[in-house]
Amino acid sequence: MKFANYHRAESIEDAYEILQKDKTNTIVGGGLWLKLSRREIDTAVDLCDLGLDTIEEDEDVIRIGAMTTLSRIEESDALRNVASGIFPRAVSFIMGVQLRNVATIGGSVMGRYGFSDCITPLLALDARLDFHERGTVPLVDFLHEKGKVTDILKAVIIEKSAAKGFFKKVQKTAHDFPILNVAIVKKEKGTRIAIGSRPSVASLAKEAMEYLEKAPTPDEVIIAETARLAKETLKYSSNHRASAEYRAHLAEVYTRRGLMEVNGLED
Amino acid sequence: MKIETVVNGHKRIFDITPDELLADTLKRYDYTSVRKGCDTTSCGVCTILVDGSPVPSCAYLTARAEGKEITTVEGIAEEAERLAEHFGDEGADQCGFCNPGIALSVHALKLSRKSFTEENLRHYLVGHLCRCSGYQSQIKAIQRYLGDAK
Ligand SMILES: Cc1cc2nc3c(=O)[nH]c(=O)nc-3n(C[C@H](O)[C@H](O)[C@H](O)COP(=O)(O)OP(=O)(O)OC[C@H]3O[C@@H](n4cnc5c(N)ncnc54)[C@H](O)[C@@H]3O)c2cc1C
Ligand code: FES
Ligand code: FES
Repeated sequence: MKFANYHRAESIEDAYEILQKDKTNTIVGGGLWLKLSRREIDTAVDLCDLGLDTIEEDEDVIRIGAMTTLSRIEESDALRNVASGIFPRAVSFIMGVQLRNVATIGGSVMGRYGFSDCITPLLALDARLDFHERGTVPLVDFLHEKGKVTDILKAVIIEKSAAKGFFKKVQKTAHDFPILNVAIVKKEKGTRIAIGSRPSVASLAKEAMEYLEKAPTPDEVIIAETARLAKETLKYSSNHRASAEYRAHLAEVYTRRGLMEVNGLED
Repeated sequence: MKIETVVNGHKRIFDITPDELLADTLKRYDYTSVRKGCDTTSCGVCTILVDGSPVPSCAYLTARAEGKEITTVEGIAEEAERLAEHFGDEGADQCGFCNPGIALSVHALKLSRKSFTEENLRHYLVGHLCRCSGYQSQIKAIQRYLGDAK
């Protein structure tokens, strides 16, 4: 990454104005992924003085500021209390402490990375994104959009309703990208199953979720069929980390195990 | 552009380019303990402390360090020496390239006063790769050092 100017935004409006001035102008989160890119940027806009690095909660929701580091998420008691703490747990498996002390949730979501261990649990949690211009957008919709984003993410919002959660990252070493990750959140009004790093960006296993919806108290047979549907109806591909077949197999195994766990059944 | 920081307790003014990264600035200003290995935020060799937290200096924007306190291993010389003795006793020290980064992360852990088990110590140090030691001896040495430090 190269840039000619560094601008510390004084307000979100100031950041937005600079962002619109040149198509290469870019928001810097932690700057870690940007650093690896070959982008030539006119002005890097830093949001670090805007107080977007806090985790706030009210009765219904938790609001994670876009500049919140992954370490803060990992240590947040508020987030540990949501859906068996799957989000902070998922984050704790990302690289080392040093990286998590700098990488931000904003950069992690806005990059729409296929390998993301943040997006999969957030999708299962039905997170919403709060943008400066567009207002609130469900994460699931944002992930389907294409092209460069010229808006600024202010926060990620998670509902606090009672839920059980499951998260699994399959990785070759404690220090590697995921081969596959699975997140499941069971709420009173339904279960969401998200599968990521296939290696494309996380998706909901919709057919599997719809099938499960029909069984309010699923047993082992229904869970096995739901897991099979998660394997059969999502697309899995091969890369240097794993083959499509292996990924699909992992998806079935961990969807089944996760559903057993959130339904309080012994495997 | 110019930024003002405190490095190892001393006020410093750095003259930098807007996209300069902290590892490069510190090396340029003769903090020779700061090393680069992978230069991709993967190995932990370049770890320094910013306001007491370990960060990868190979990817940390120097411009963002304005007003912050930076610690390199020169700033914790006595502590690093004590840790090095334990590394020596356990045979954990071979080429030593990874040591400054590890010393700083361990120092931050000590200052945090968090309790730790062997398992969470291993988890905490995942971001420090060492091509020589096999980690077992390092973990033992760090446990002895932290035991000492209590
Ligand atoms: C070596 C390495 C290994 C990694 N391994 C993993 C892994 O195993 N699992 C995993 O989940 N992640 C992994 N990551 C990714 C990491 O967790 C972060 O998601 C990534 O670094 C992006 O976060 P950042 O804060 O550094 O974003 P940046 O690099 O600063 O930004 C990324 C993108 O988001 C944009 N952006 C940032 N903030 C905003 C905002 N508020 N509004 C609008 N746009 C914004 C930027 O303009 C840029 O395009 C890894 C990263 C590295 C460097
Ligand atoms: S040189 Fe910075 S992490 Fe490897
Ligand atoms: S002692 Fe050689 S890299 Fe760790």
